This record gives sequence, structure tokens and C-alpha cells, in this order.
Amino acid sequence: MPVLNANLTLQAAQFANLPETLQTILFMVLGAAIFAGAAAVLALVGVYLERKISAHMQDRVGPMEVNTEIPVLKNIGHGWAQTLADALKLLIKEDIVPAEADKKLHLMAPFIVFAATLAGFSVLPFGPGLVASDLNVGLFYIIAISSFVVIGIILAGWSSNNKWSLLGAMRSAAQIVSFEIPASLALLVVIMAVGSLNLGDIVAAQAGGIHKWLIWWYPPFNILAFFVFFVASLAELNRAPFDMPEAESEIVAGFHTEYSGMKWAMFFLAEYANMFLVGVIIATLFLGGWTSPFGDFLNSGPFPVFWVTLKAFIVIFVQIWLRWTLPRVRVDQLMYTSWKVLTPFAFVAMVGAGIWMML
Amino acid sequence: MFGNLFKKKRYIFEDESTMVVDLDQSAGRYYEETMSKLEIESYQGDEMVVNMGPQHPSTHGVLRLELVLDGEVVKKVTPHIGYLHRNFEKHAESISYNEVVPYCDRIDYLASMNQDLAYVLAVEKLIGLNELPEKVEYARVITCELNRIASHLVAVGTFGLDVGAFTPFLWAFRDREKILDLLEWLSGARMLYNYIWVGGLARDLPEGWLQKVREFLDYFEPKMVEFNKLLTTNHIFIERTAEIGVMTPEVAVSYGCTGPVLRGSGVKWDLRKDEPFSYYDKFDFDVPVGEGKFGPVGSVLDRYLVRIDEMAESVKIIRQALDGIEPFTAQDVQAAIPKRLRPAAGAEAYVRSETPRGELGFLIRSDGSDVPFRVKSRSPCFSNICMIDDISRGGMIADLVLIIGSLDIVLGCIDR
Repeated sequence: MPVLNANLTLQAAQFANLPETLQTILFMVLGAAIFAGAAAVLALVGVYLERKISAHMQDRVGPMEVNTEIPVLKNIGHGWAQTLADALKLLIKEDIVPAEADKKLHLMAPFIVFAATLAGFSVLPFGPGLVASDLNVGLFYIIAISSFVVIGIILAGWSSNNKWSLLGAMRSAAQIVSFEIPASLALLVVIMAVGSLNLGDIVAAQAGGIHKWLIWWYPPFNILAFFVFFVASLAELNRAPFDMPEAESEIVAGFHTEYSGMKWAMFFLAEYANMFLVGVIIATLFLGGWTSPFGDFLNSGPFPVFWVTLKAFIVIFVQIWLRWTLPRVRVDQLMYTSWKVLTPFAFVAMVGAGIWMML
Repeated sequence: MFGNLFKKKRYIFEDESTMVVDLDQSAGRYYEETMSKLEIESYQGDEMVVNMGPQHPSTHGVLRLELVLDGEVVKKVTPHIGYLHRNFEKHAESISYNEVVPYCDRIDYLASMNQDLAYVLAVEKLIGLNELPEKVEYARVITCELNRIASHLVAVGTFGLDVGAFTPFLWAFRDREKILDLLEWLSGARMLYNYIWVGGLARDLPEGWLQKVREFLDYFEPKMVEFNKLLTTNHIFIERTAEIGVMTPEVAVSYGCTGPVLRGSGVKWDLRKDEPFSYYDKFDFDVPVGEGKFGPVGSVLDRYLVRIDEMAESVKIIRQALDGIEPFTAQDVQAAIPKRLRPAAGAEAYVRSETPRGELGFLIRSDGSDVPFRVKSRSPCFSNICMIDDISRGGMIADLVLIIGSLDIVLGCIDR
């Protein structure tokens, strides 16, 4: 170990001698690699959770067979390596591009969706100072970058040159754009309450335990904003009951009908990475972020990362639970939900919280 | 890179040489025209022709629908059938009467027992075999009603799938599995039973089978309550289904719709009640009809609810039949099977019976040999699918999917 430490110190010293531009670039590449890796791992965990939770809701056991022969991990069982095996399979699958497709756009679309999702991760705070890019407009950045996904989806639907894909892409565009509005209005409540767009400031404002969480501020308006944001985020994620763009019983597979292999897997991983992203955002904005629910107890060391991940996974569990319980709504009912239910309620929450603050 | 952007409009119609054009919608008259490519390109409006099926996930088999869509709104639906045609009627002309039974299994593979019963009743009428052992009749009713529950479970389960709810589908299949186990014990097969024979049954009821049926019914009833809590009473589900695909009784009757599709429109017509066959006149049960609790009568929801209620009625019938069969368990189920099946030349018989999908009729004519001269089957699904254009116009694709699901078609039954 001492040798290794000495080696690391040496390397750190060498790193410090490098030109500043090169250092920045190296940091960025390293950070991006960590984020891509973390997001992919989290997405795989999300896929596994979805399969297991849905299986137990449906009187099944889900994947049980694919375990590894590695001595320690062998005893975990419960098919924990299933998603790894699936990912490997998708990597080596043939990539089929329709003959009439616009090949460049067809290739670009999954990368745009995945990149936009990953970009969202860069402002999420996972602990005190544990944030890749501490933007002072972090929340605004997330709203902006998450809208970028829709471009990838439209490209995918358009370039496939398939009518079902096109229908799915059109649905998706309409849906994501409509639900941005109630989601953003609900976020305004948080911004007004804290007075900052920086996610670190928002977490700091909630420090001190479960009773300080933003969801309890200005009752009942923040709870209302929380629910509006949660429902709108389901729609933005294309999750059931709002999974219109990829409704398999209606429009085959929506915008990714013509995708296979790793390109399809990128859409798939992006969906689950997005679920985690939304989970962390909800945890950060309404549920105290990385702070412990017990005040100062267990609020240092590795615990902040644990708390924020736990809260995010609770949100993901609710998302999965809803998906396997509820039927899908129709397109017009979806628009009704957005414009005539969620948007007015978001306004009520915003105005109500504002009046409360003035009193 | 953006070349596609400007080519798209042409691509949409490129492979459609034949198109159905609706010239006089108000009078209800439609003309088919073959259009040249040029004419199609000049086709006005935002409509596009989309091919739905035969590999679409929710056409319940190999149904192919040609849709004219304006955005998401369905303008016209033209069903194309025949992808599962197996030449049943011609086939039946070259094999003996008993050998047709396994082919009847394959007409509607989700309700093979009911298909067998309809055919066997027709042959029995042809040869004038009226008196059967009581055990045979009761066993036929029990197996047919079990199969009706299994078939309706598939119908409501896949309907849940069409609405986007996956869990009810698997719950329904879990319970159906129990019925399949029972019928497998009886006949050795899980789908195509070949159990009901002319004049009797293929095998005797296994020891303890009736007790297992009773246990299944006790298990099944609470499960249906659970199923209804999950899907039937769901607010989104009712909102989705209560007002679409409305079929008035007049339309339903004029198209010859039968079964739950007809009863969903409020017409109380069930051959088990109105023209009882086998022992159905011995049982006390209701015929559920669509009531329009949440919208107009004859909606998709009404047809679904009729199936849910019918399962409860089937449970009632099976319980009565289980009591009825008790004194006759010692009888020989093959006592009445004719040794030689050769009806008189020129004899003709038509029998219709109520299958889970509606009225299945068999017309059999004999020429005096041991193979039928002609076997004609009247399929309920064919009549039920015919009116899909009438009730799905103006709705969305999502509604069309639910309408197909509520008609509960089996392509084997349409094509035969």
C-alpha cells in the first residue's frame, strides 16, 4: 500500500505540473467518464428493480437464473446479473437500420437522448461539495437540458421513416412540451421559497431534519407543488400511466420501433437514468437532498450519498409501482391532465405560496 | 442530412397502390377505387394510410387492418382477414365424423371445448342420438363452462393489456393456468382437448377431479374480486372505455353480432337460455347485459363488463352441475358412443350453440358414407369483426385498439 500511495502522490505531483488547460480537459474527461459509468450502472440497477418489483406484483419471481460464479457474489442469487447479461447481449447484437431510413439522423438520435440525460447529472449534488458543476442556475439548467431529450426522440421518429415511429415522436413532442409547463411552475414554488436556483443552496435551506424539508413549507401549497411536479415528471419520463410515446399496444414501440441492439439499449438506459435523475431532483427539491432526515445524526462521511440515493430510489419505487398498477391514459386525456388540471393547480401552489411568504 | 425532410410526404403513400376512398360518408356508401401513384400524391388533407398488423402487438393474432388516419384520428378501417385460413370446411369433407373433432378444436383455440360441443351436438342431431348418460351431459357442461371462464380470462386480461395495464393480464393468466391444469388432467392437452366425442367423452373423469374443480371455484371467486379492484373499478380504465366504440342494438343485430358483443349492446340473447342445448335448461343463471352504467349502452366497457359478469354466472353453473353429477358418477361415459357412424344419405342438421365469443353453428350434410358431405361452420368472430369500421370511425388509434380488444376476436375462428 505505501508504494501505491507514493505512486499516487507522485502522479498527483506530475498532474499539477501539467498546463492548466490540459488539467481542465483531463478533469472534464475523467468526470464525464465517471458520470457515464455511474449513470449506466444506476440504469442497470433500475432495470433490475423494475423487473423484480413488477414480478412480485404479478405473482412471479422475475429473473432468477443468471448469477455469476464469482465466489462472493455467487451467494447473492436472485438473478442479480440478469441485466448485465442483457447489456452484453445488446452490445453484440446486430444493428439493423431500415433501408429507407436517414442513416445519419438514425445514428444521432440515441446519442442525443443519452447525452442530454447524462448532462442533467452534472449539477446534481450528492453531498456537501460533491457536485460536478456547482452552477448558480442549476435548476434552470436542468429544465433546459431535459427538454433536449425531445429533439432526440423526434429525430428518432422521423429518421426511422416508419409511420408508427412518426406517430410516437409526435405524441412525445406534444407530451413533453405540455408537461414542461406545470413542472416548471411547480419548481417556481421552490425557487421562490429558497431564493436561489443553485441546488446546493436549496439543499442547505432544508438542513436539520425531516421537519425542515421543503415539502412541508407553506402547507398545503408545497405539497401540492410536489404532487404536480411528480405527476408532470412521470409524463416527461414517458412513464406509465403517461407512456403514450411508446405505448406498445397502440403504436408498436413508438419512436424506437426501428431501433435494435445498442442503439435501442441507449434509449432504454436513458429512460432509467432519467428516472434516477428525476428521483434525485425530487429528493433535492422537496425531500431534503443529501441531508439526513434525523438532523445531524448520520449526516457526515458517506451518509449524504446514501441518503440522496435512498430517497431517489424511493421515488423510483413509486414510479415503478404506478407503472404496474395503472392503465394508460389516452392522448387527449393526457393533454387535459396537463393543461386543465396540473397547470391550474401549479398556479394555485405558486400564488398560494407567494401570498404565504408575504404574510 | 435533411433530404428526408422534403421527401417524407411522398414516402407516406409510396407503397399504397390501392386505396379505399370515402366519397359519400353521409349516405353510408363507400366506393373502392384503384388509384395511380400520381393521384395518391395529389390526395388532399393530412390523411395517411397506415398498415396495422398482421404483426401488430394488439390485433390479437394475425388480423390486418388498413387504416386511414388523420393524425391520430381514425378515418376508415378496412379489415383484411385470411392469414390463418386452414381450410377447415374442405378438410372436413375427407375425414370421418370423429376425426373432425380435433380440427374443431383449432377453430377457436381459446375455447376448444365449446367448439367440440357445437360440432358433436350437430353430429348427434344428424344421427338422431338424443339420449346420453347424465354423467356425459353434466361433464360437458362443466368442461365447457370452465373453458368459457378460461376464454373470458384471456379476453379481459388482454383487454387490460390493450389499455396499458400489464398486471391484470398476468393475474388473469395465472388463474387461467389453473383451469388449463384441470383440463389437462382430463384430456392430456392444454389447449386442443379433443375431449368431447360423438355420443360421449374421450376419457372418464379422473378420480378426485370434481373435488379439484370445487377447490378451483373457491379459489377463483376471491381472485375475481381482486381483479375487479385492480382493473374494472380503476378510474382511468373507466374514463378510457365508457364512451367509445358505442354499438347500438340495431347495428349489433343487423351485423349478426352474437355473444358478449351483442349482449353488451343490451340485447338479452343467449342460446344457453333462449334455445337450450345439452343440459343448460337445468341450471339457474342470469344473462348479463350491458347497462351503460358510466356512459352510453353498448360501449367498450359494457362488453367488458358482460364478460366479467359471465364468469361469475359460469361459476354458478359449474357449482350446480357439480351437485347434479353426484348421483351419476358411476356411469360409463362411453356407453352411448355409436360403434359405426354412418348417417342416412341426404340427412342434414344445423345446430348452434353459445361459445364464449357468440353463436357458433355447424351445418352438416351427409351423403350416406362415413365422411361428411359438407361441414359449414358459422363463426361468431367473423360477424363480430365486420362492423369494426362502423364503430371506430372518428375515434383515435388508442380507441381502435380497445375496440378490437372488446370484440374479443380469435383469428382462427374468423378464418377457420
